[in-house]
Amino acid sequence: MEFEPVILAFCCNWCSYAGADLAGTARISYPPNIRIIRVMCSGMVHPALVMDALSKGIDGVLIAGCHPGDCHYTDGNLKTERRVEALRVMMEDLGIEIERLRLEWVSSGEGEKFARVAREMTETIKKIGPNPFKPR
Amino acid sequence: MSKGGTKGRKRAAKPKRRPETPPIQAPTPTKPKLKLPVWKEGEAPRIGVFICHCGINIGGVVNVPVVVEFATKLPNVAYSEDNIYTCSEAGLASINEAIKKYNLNRVIVASCTPRTHEPLFRSACEEAGLNKYLFEMANIREQCSWVHSHEPEGATEKAKDIVKMAVARATWLQPQEEPEIDVMGSSLVIGGGVAGTTAALSLANQGFKVYLVEKEPELGGNLRRLHKLYPTMQEASEILNPTVEAVKNHKNIQLLTSTTITDVKGYVGNFHVSAAKNGEKIGFDVGTIIVACGAMNYRPPEGLYQYGVYDKIVTQLEMDQLLNKGAIKSPDRVVMIQCVGSRKGEIRAYELEAFAMSDTSRLLRKILKARKEEGWPYCSRICCMNAIKNAILIKELSPKTDVIILYSDLRVYKEYEDFYSRARDLEVKFVKFIEEAGPEIAQTADGRLLVSVYDMLAGHEVKLTTDWVVLSTPLIPHKDSIILARTLKIPLSPDGFLMEAHLKLRPVDTQMDGIFLAGAATGPKDVPETIVSAKAAASRAAILMANKKMRTEAITAVVNSDLCRGCGRCQEVCEFNAIELVEVAPKVKNAKINEISCKGCGTCSVTCPTGAITMRHFTEKQVNAMVESLLTGG
Repeated sequence: MEFEPVILAFCCNWCSYAGADLAGTARISYPPNIRIIRVMCSGMVHPALVMDALSKGIDGVLIAGCHPGDCHYTDGNLKTERRVEALRVMMEDLGIEIERLRLEWVSSGEGEKFARVAREMTETIKKIGPNPFKPR
Repeated sequence: MSKGGTKGRKRAAKPKRRPETPPIQAPTPTKPKLKLPVWKEGEAPRIGVFICHCGINIGGVVNVPVVVEFATKLPNVAYSEDNIYTCSEAGLASINEAIKKYNLNRVIVASCTPRTHEPLFRSACEEAGLNKYLFEMANIREQCSWVHSHEPEGATEKAKDIVKMAVARATWLQPQEEPEIDVMGSSLVIGGGVAGTTAALSLANQGFKVYLVEKEPELGGNLRRLHKLYPTMQEASEILNPTVEAVKNHKNIQLLTSTTITDVKGYVGNFHVSAAKNGEKIGFDVGTIIVACGAMNYRPPEGLYQYGVYDKIVTQLEMDQLLNKGAIKSPDRVVMIQCVGSRKGEIRAYELEAFAMSDTSRLLRKILKARKEEGWPYCSRICCMNAIKNAILIKELSPKTDVIILYSDLRVYKEYEDFYSRARDLEVKFVKFIEEAGPEIAQTADGRLLVSVYDMLAGHEVKLTTDWVVLSTPLIPHKDSIILARTLKIPLSPDGFLMEAHLKLRPVDTQMDGIFLAGAATGPKDVPETIVSAKAAASRAAILMANKKMRTEAITAVVNSDLCRGCGRCQEVCEFNAIELVEVAPKVKNAKINEISCKGCGTCSVTCPTGAITMRHFTEKQVNAMVESLLTGG
């Protein structure tokens, strides 16, 4: 059976979740591997939560927020960006491929972009294979 | 993707601009009594899951009965059923009934997006006596059936997972109370065009204080430059002047011309506006804001259809002005070209993104340059009627003039079909050209213009010697709308206009509570449509102000004082001045959160080194449970 990754997407309520909705309204298809969790702001996503998910076997994590300058909370997204940089260092230390974590800016008007990111991410993770921490 | 770019901005943004304006004193929240006839502290969760077919929107792709069966077996689920439309009266009644019959203390509806339907289902829960924060929504339409219609099996699996995650989260949901805030009975209207003046007047007549801010020294906006309006051929001033006069003389309206908005702080009900009138700083407080910044008429770049090269090539707006001046006597022929600079090209994301990264004037130049080369992607909606209007005016002035409208598509909607017929009766000619092979313009030896175009319906090229060529150019986003979008935190649509909260369900609302949109700020509109949207925006704002009080979201940060060691890092990262350090005992400081100022972004909770801050309705447990549920089989 072909490997079907499970990808977790944290989408901010104001831009990216709406962008994901727009992909639906516009019927732009993408593979069904993404599981979306709505958060108020990408800045609400605790790095520990991401590390926890990755170290327990989630194949990929996407954090999607508003474009810089568009953040509903001024600059929560920029704080996330810095945290993601730190997360990548931790992932390298743990031997988790850094491609498993992706940060994207998706506005509420960018349904097409959300679908593209979902497609690309599914493809990338299919290529690198299942998360080694996945319980068998 | 934008990594390199943001780095610079990050550093630039480092010095906090906080001390510039004093923080707004938020009123102390009054705590309403919690009514919880169903939910009791410590009671085991009993979850009800309602899965919607949404006609065939979900049911046509996802195997709903299988998902219902799956949901029944999930931990803590006491009841599950499917509905054809859960949002219908029957569906809502079914929720109400099930809550009582099965003693449910959590409800999940798996259907569309919470962005449109959460309030409806929440109120259904409240009716049955369940706190609305014990409701959870699983989005299996926009984020499942609509995007995975090509693989129903995968979609069903995903729908199961989405429901499973919702159940996991619902298990940890807690009832919340919403703080009540005061809404000031005053409004700011930005823009003094027909939309702004109409909205201002509407609010002022209802007894609210209105600050009407117009950048130019005079009111009137685009209508001041227009003369005749379709389809009634009324003078624009006939519509504009009475409104403008009424605005000027209204005791409830404070008119601020030659004024620009410099900053807006605060939140719904209590905005603090800073503006500059002729360079002099002013400030005032309002409860609601209506943005009516309008749109601009697109001036084609020099050389597009020889515009600017030959004298007698003008835009429709310029033709309207020439007709008014009496500069058009009885030409032999007038040729009009439709869709000039519109319905082609694509605004790329980076153009809108760029404005966030750089200063606005640079972005504007960048957008305008790209649009100059490619055109604006959307249909500007008013140009067909506008061209027909000028064609009829010319025909009425000089019946022997041959008026020809070259079009690739003609969109004359609703009653304007009659207007089109009127033009045909007056023998205005319509020639369809192919979009890819548009008309070409040259000059004849005797100084007139020669338009050659392939007539698609006749199947051959025609050459038209003409005195005038009139270009129908679109309405484009007002350049100030980009600056306002940033100041007010309203997103831009892919076309560059200000974006409404929902195209169909909330057409004049924005994502920001208390800020509304009127007129052509959201896209090209004619005068009747502008007036409709202005009155709609005014009435949306009036609802808030008439109620004087409103409840805000309960999603705010909470400090666990046992864990807080008063380091103050939360205070540093808070963008809304919602956190202060208070001395709870000698030399012991604790963070204290102002629930009204707190917007619930959660940055403080992530920053807190001891994990003392949690977010209401987005607790670590709730989010963790969702992730965990994906890892385990059930």
